Amino acid sequence: MIQIDNLTKSFGKFRALDGIDLHLEKGQAVSLLGPNGSGKTTLIKSILGLVIPEKGSITINGQLIRNNPAYRANIGYMPQIGRYPDNMTIEQVIHMIKDIRKEQTNYDEELYHSFGIDKIKQKKMRTLSGGTRQKVSACIAFLFSPDIYILDEPTAGLDPVANELLKDKIAAECERGKLVLITSHVLSDLDGLTSHIIYLQDGKLMFHESIGQLQERTGEKKLNKIIANILTNADSKQICIS
Amino acid sequence: MLTVSKYVFLDLLKNRSILVYTAVLAILSFTLLGLDGNSAKGLLSLLNITLLFVPVITTLFSAIYFFNSLEFIELLLSQPVKRTGILLSEYAGMALSLSAAFVVGVGAPLMVLLPIGASFVLILTGVLLTFIFTSIGLLIFVISRDKTRGIGAAIIVSLFFTLLFDGLMMAFIFSFSDYPIEKAVVGMISLNPVDLARILMLLQLDVAVLMGYSGALFKDFLGSSAGSIYSVVCMLLWIVAPLMLALRIFRKKDL
Amino acid sequence: MIRILTILSFLMLPAAVSATVIRTGPDSLLQHVLDRARPGDTILIAPGIYKQHDIVVRTSVTIIGENYPVFDGEDKHQLFIIAADRVSISGITVQQTGRSSMVDMAGIRLQNVSRVTVINCRVINTTYGIYLQNSRNCIITNNEIKSSATDELQSGNGVHAWKSDSLLIRANNISGHRDGIYFEFVTGSVITGNNSQNNVRYGLHFMFSHNDTYIRNTFRHNGAGVAVMYSKHVVMVSNNFEEHWGDASYGILLKDISDSRIEFNRFAHNTIGIFMEGSNRIHIMANAFTANGWAMRVQASCESNTIENNNFRENSFDVATNGTLMLNTYRNNYWDKYEGYDLNKDGTGDVPYHPVSVYSILSEKIPTSMILYRSFLTNIIDQAEKIMPSIIPDQLRDDTPKMKKWKL
Repeated sequence: MIQIDNLTKSFGKFRALDGIDLHLEKGQAVSLLGPNGSGKTTLIKSILGLVIPEKGSITINGQLIRNNPAYRANIGYMPQIGRYPDNMTIEQVIHMIKDIRKEQTNYDEELYHSFGIDKIKQKKMRTLSGGTRQKVSACIAFLFSPDIYILDEPTAGLDPVANELLKDKIAAECERGKLVLITSHVLSDLDGLTSHIIYLQDGKLMFHESIGQLQERTGEKKLNKIIANILTNADSKQICIS
Repeated sequence: MLTVSKYVFLDLLKNRSILVYTAVLAILSFTLLGLDGNSAKGLLSLLNITLLFVPVITTLFSAIYFFNSLEFIELLLSQPVKRTGILLSEYAGMALSLSAAFVVGVGAPLMVLLPIGASFVLILTGVLLTFIFTSIGLLIFVISRDKTRGIGAAIIVSLFFTLLFDGLMMAFIFSFSDYPIEKAVVGMISLNPVDLARILMLLQLDVAVLMGYSGALFKDFLGSSAGSIYSVVCMLLWIVAPLMLALRIFRKKDL
Repeated sequence: MIRILTILSFLMLPAAVSATVIRTGPDSLLQHVLDRARPGDTILIAPGIYKQHDIVVRTSVTIIGENYPVFDGEDKHQLFIIAADRVSISGITVQQTGRSSMVDMAGIRLQNVSRVTVINCRVINTTYGIYLQNSRNCIITNNEIKSSATDELQSGNGVHAWKSDSLLIRANNISGHRDGIYFEFVTGSVITGNNSQNNVRYGLHFMFSHNDTYIRNTFRHNGAGVAVMYSKHVVMVSNNFEEHWGDASYGILLKDISDSRIEFNRFAHNTIGIFMEGSNRIHIMANAFTANGWAMRVQASCESNTIENNNFRENSFDVATNGTLMLNTYRNNYWDKYEGYDLNKDGTGDVPYHPVSVYSILSEKIPTSMILYRSFLTNIIDQAEKIMPSIIPDQLRDDTPKMKKWKL
């Protein structure tokens, strides 16, 4: 579904992505992990076409993404920080996005209703809390039931109820054979959701494995334990080598 | 791609700064025009206000607004749309709403209190300046790496065009007054949209005096409609050039 | 036919010898008719085209054209020469005199006569329209005098008067000549209600003509409005001077004029409203100067002139001069650029007004700097000069500027 080959991107001298090769298939729920500045956001933005790669290629459904915005019709993106024009109402924002994607008219408004956004749709974006804006972002990402979801820190700032609703929704979409790419700092949130893990560090791909493989390798069940285990091992390995 | 423009426009119409801008312009217009029954004098004061306020406010406000919309623009760009389309519609929405503010704030009082040819030219001038400096604001947004630098650049650029440029030009004219500098001066004027706007009004208000000077500058440029046409064409270029440049850069920009 | 009619009229009215009405038409020679006419006769000219020229009127007759019969000089000839007193000519069209470098080609020429009237005639495409030469007590009224001159050398004047006295030039429409009305050595005459426009040089031109009056005329879009030169006791009242544009263009040019009055005139959209040079004791009062480049340019060679009770509005510059010596009086004028105050509320500003602006002086020295006029910078210079006058002539000022404009 998403095929990434030798993706490289630098900002000045800083190498944000360094020869990344990835292959993501549908039905997967992929967690994108890594410390701050490891290139997670750059990778996501590259897939969305917001960052122009320096080398390498990204292919989505067999199509190179360069210079062709049409592929984004298959993507639902939920940004880390949702900021909207101050004086637009929720309804206007959603209308606007619908207007932009005119040809897609099959709306998935499940979250819109379960989050209770429909009841506050006349409110201006300026007056909304961070969590509510996050909910709006989620509604927009899921609105067109795309094949691919890219969710950047989707659960940050959400209340526990909304958090569970969103997770259920993500799980359901995976069931339906969609590809979900999530970044999150809160590893426990990803438990039970994730089928694969991508770990980036200093712009390099450390590993890309399924949960099953990782559990087997580390003997741990919980996601945060798995990661901790790998990281300590990696560190000790590096120390050994040096 | 006008959908986005429409929403940007609607958003900005309710923007507090725009409302204040409109109100201040309207109050100034009414006081200056109604002050002592001498409307021509009021028109001149309004011209000065237009030449100073419009560039500074437009550049600053548009740059700040674009920076604040960065995340939203990212969200829009994650939709199946072209970058240039989104940027153009952001530009159009911004330029149109600032122009609307100017037309309501200055244009309406002028139409009520002083419906003469020169007033129409002043309104046209203000709208052209709004489009130009929104273009420049957009360019600053696209070039600058962060908001702070962008706002700094917007202040410097707008002050350069409103004040500093004329000072430099006056120094130039006074130092080289013994040489045939008329063509050079016309060339320099073209480099500053604020001066072009002023010339456009000068040709409305002061043709009589301009005809009183001899020399090619006054005969061929200021003394005929060629001067007005030249100014308007240059101003249109001042809209298009920064806009095209901004679009070019934005197409390759990493967000 | 006409001849038969004429004969018939002779037969039928044998008694009315003292004032005969003679009818004539294109087929007969008007000159013959005129030569046979007796003083007091009326000659009625039927409509039509008359290819007749150099028609000399030697008897005191009344010539009346019916429905504007056309006398055509075919670009080679003059048309009427009036050489008798008390002739009246009206209702005819004279046209196409052509141009000559030897003679001043005129449509209607008045030569050494008195009490001649030219009424209601159309004078079209003549070098000189109506030419008065050494004549007295003549009336030129309600004529349409049109031509299409493009340069000074190739053209003549609409109404040209030389060495004449007591003329009345009234309600004529004059356009497209060198000077609309030209007076040289003409005294005691009145020019009123004329409309003189689109002339190449001046709307009205005075040379060595004393004690003349012109009132209620409109001068529009001429090379310059009125030039008054080397004359005394000229009265200029209630005229309109509009749209005289160019680098030597004025509403009125005064050159060596003295003891004259300029009152209740309107100067609008002229490059210079009044230009004065070597002129003394002129009373300039109650005029409206509106939207001119310079309302007045008063050269240093002028003295003892009084400029009072005028309105100066919307002019780019109010007054310009070329020296520092100020021997003229400015008082009680309304200046729209005045920014003073009136604490005692007597309608007169408490601080003097300096009508010469600093930028008018700067731009005179360096014309190119005019391109920065009305920029923010020039406002700053103006304000600075107000606080610390250094460039503008401090003596040239109105100590009693009015706070409100005069109702003129």
